[in-house]
Amino acid sequence: MIIDILSWICLLAGGVLGIIGGIGIHRFPDFYSRLHAAGITDTLCAMLILLGLGLQAGWSIAAFKLALIFLFLFFTSPTASHALANAALHSGLTPKLDRDSRGAKS
Amino acid sequence: MKSYSFAALLFLFWIFLSGHFDPLLLGFGVASVALTVFLSKRMNVIDHKSYPLHLSSKLPGFFVYIFREIIKANVDVITRVLGWRGASISPQLIDIPLLQKTDLGAVIYANAITLTPGTVSIELSKETITIHALTKEAADELLTGSMSNEISNRVFKQ
Repeated sequence: MIIDILSWICLLAGGVLGIIGGIGIHRFPDFYSRLHAAGITDTLCAMLILLGLGLQAGWSIAAFKLALIFLFLFFTSPTASHALANAALHSGLTPKLDRDSRGAKS
Repeated sequence: MKSYSFAALLFLFWIFLSGHFDPLLLGFGVASVALTVFLSKRMNVIDHKSYPLHLSSKLPGFFVYIFREIIKANVDVITRVLGWRGASISPQLIDIPLLQKTDLGAVIYANAITLTPGTVSIELSKETITIHALTKEAADELLTGSMSNEISNRVFKQ
């Protein structure tokens, strides 16, 4: 019962964070800042949803597989974000920067 | 020596993924583990860098640190997405010095920067990392180099 409630809290919070990430992708002005909004869904949203599912699964092989999904997401999502941002920079997309930023290139 | 522990870990991994204990399936598991170890050995990839077993005792401390950072950064980015209390964004592109000595350290550092929402590592060179930060505060935090120090202390200190 308590575990059920906990897992529901995790799942709902994860879902809300996913929606917030989506709102952020729409609200932010350019590609690079949108990456940060997508970062929410990559990290905390995915963590909470997988934790909620893990609580539902209990101590089983399913929970172990969920933990592995989390681990692989944890390793691959920053690499993917980095690759995207790097490719964007190299193909000449200049980020919209705050006017008073120091040390900015181009 | 290293390939034995590699084989044992792979087999444990295989058992946890399959959950079957019939002799036939266990045999398939043993065969696939043996093939994998053989190929990895031939490709010479079981070394200090790609199989960093010596760092596994440092893993829990590092995970606790990185989770705390991720949650803090998430809360910050969420308030800025929703615009609570007039929170706004001020995107920055900065170069920070790369103080990690090893390739592995550089990769861990760059990945940790990207994992925390609000900062993305865009380009890596020998001495610097180019960072796109969502806010001035996040950029300033990285410029202090505290995350690099934490990684050096938690992962690589003997």
